[in-house]
Amino acid sequence: MSEDAITAPRDRYAEITEEITRIPLHYPDKLGWWICFGIALLLLLTFFVSATVLFWNGVGVWGNNIPVNWGLAISNYIWFLGIGHAGTLISALLLILNAHWRNSLNRFAEAMTLVAVTCAGLYPILHLGRPWLFYWMAPYPNTMTIWPQFRSPLTWDFFAVLTYLLVSLLFWYIGIVPDLAATRDRAKKRRARVLYGLAALGWRGSARHWRRWQQSYRLTAAIAVPLVVSVHSEISLLFAAGPIPGWNSTVFPPYFVLGAAFSGFAVVAMIAITLRHVLRLYDLVTPRHLDLLGKLLLTTGLMTAYGYWAEVFDVLYAGEQQELGTLMDRLTGQYAWSYWGAVLCNFVPLQLLWFRTVRRHPLWLFLIGLSVTIGMWFERYMLLVTSLYRDYLVSSWGEYQPSFWDWSLFVGMLGIFFVPFLLFVRFLPVISASEIKEALFEDEEQRRA
Amino acid sequence: MREPSPHTEAYGLLAEFDRPERLIESVRLARAAGFRQIDAFSPFLVEGLAEALDFRDERVPWLTLLGGVLGAAIGYGMQVYTNLDYPIDVGGRPLIAPQAFMLITFELMVLGAVLFSIGGMLVLNHLPRLHHPLFGVDAFHLATSDKFFLVVFSSDPKFHQERTRAFLEELDPVRIELVEHSEEPE
Repeated sequence: MSEDAITAPRDRYAEITEEITRIPLHYPDKLGWWICFGIALLLLLTFFVSATVLFWNGVGVWGNNIPVNWGLAISNYIWFLGIGHAGTLISALLLILNAHWRNSLNRFAEAMTLVAVTCAGLYPILHLGRPWLFYWMAPYPNTMTIWPQFRSPLTWDFFAVLTYLLVSLLFWYIGIVPDLAATRDRAKKRRARVLYGLAALGWRGSARHWRRWQQSYRLTAAIAVPLVVSVHSEISLLFAAGPIPGWNSTVFPPYFVLGAAFSGFAVVAMIAITLRHVLRLYDLVTPRHLDLLGKLLLTTGLMTAYGYWAEVFDVLYAGEQQELGTLMDRLTGQYAWSYWGAVLCNFVPLQLLWFRTVRRHPLWLFLIGLSVTIGMWFERYMLLVTSLYRDYLVSSWGEYQPSFWDWSLFVGMLGIFFVPFLLFVRFLPVISASEIKEALFEDEEQRRA
Repeated sequence: MREPSPHTEAYGLLAEFDRPERLIESVRLARAAGFRQIDAFSPFLVEGLAEALDFRDERVPWLTLLGGVLGAAIGYGMQVYTNLDYPIDVGGRPLIAPQAFMLITFELMVLGAVLFSIGGMLVLNHLPRLHHPLFGVDAFHLATSDKFFLVVFSSDPKFHQERTRAFLEELDPVRIELVEHSEEPE
């Protein structure tokens, strides 16, 4: 048996079921999990403290002000949302392409999407100033007899993110139902049986059920791919639709979508490596998966690099005075560190992925993923701040420094990310057992044919 | 397909197999022998099983389409209505701006399609249904692990406890069990 096989070719349906359902039922390293969960709870506490301070005092506790009125809150919003997109992309795109190797990655990638989109969605609400009035974004008959402005990207954003959150939740949930049923049937304790039983909705694997399940699962996947593209294109229009030098460009939608996929694949690779190590899933998440993730990361990375180049070319070709000024600000100005930080972290270590040994090496791939995640954070920050701090009028030039509460909210937001994700790792099947078994059966059929 | 009512003598007969292709084969044989009220259970989606049962149901894709069309219509209609109801003139730009309305139209189309698709799948599958006579059979918990089951319902016109059991024996299953009703007749 070579280590390259996605799953061993032997008949081992029961073994796979056992390996995956043992994690929620008999979690292997409880102490390690509690330590991580404790840290995550501390982060969550930081979030609640920061949010309370923010609500008590207003957005004045943050560093943003005119002219940079979109600070860390919005750059982090885009960063988190972009990371989230990779979960949907990796899962839906590869399901449609019938790529069996996806089965080991899709479940936790989708869970990562859910938590990342939640983090992202909280940011604009917190940024509102009067967050308790966020529902004003929704069109509902009201005593003011007014409606949202539907020709504005800000209103599009509300619909896009809400749809995306709901669709990714449903897609993840119907994918996990058969495995929840498997966990229910393996559970010994009554409480576990009842809880997994409720969540599994009474799934019993009827051929008729499977057929309808497959129809709706595949259709949802097929719809989710253009949804991702639409959502992140829409996010880019929050910028591109504004008459701000450095933003008002048609390059933005594809540039944002690719950057999103790039940062997300980096995070998926990091999570895959960590879970594989912690939960000892070496035969389900193999070096071949890491290799393929590395290739995806390299491909989307090079496309993102092309986006950087296209953006610069665009400015030079148009030759517009203010755009040139913003380009120079980015390359040499006060916030040049964010531009060069993005270029360095995103594209320099990435080149190591040309080598097969690096792609298959967990630690190297993890470090490159980390570098890309940080690099893409620099990029989102750079796009925001370098455009806003100096626009047309010299009188409206200003500076931006994130305040302590900006940073503490960001740190706290990691708690919003990790607390639910750790609960998912601890209590739910992190890998799709039913789909791995299906792939195994189909491979066997093919070999026989 | 209707399940047997609690008035019949038993719910059905269950035969267990250890390989997916054996289940497909047995389903084919059962259908060839004239059984119509049968179902097959597997831990994962087995290609060809639904075909062997002659199960063709395209309602989920059609529901998805319906949801998408409805979502798009509601999305676009909402934007047209609200703009006419409370006109905001921005520099004389058109009030009804199809390009600007497309994104929300698309998002609500997606939402409608997915809600109808998944909701329709659950409704047509009669899920959630937390209790089921099959759960009363001890071995049935393997239907989510590595075993494959064929059930002949007692509502089948050809169903007869001994004769059907004899027929199932010929298929050489791992075991055969009688599935009792889980509810009393009303």
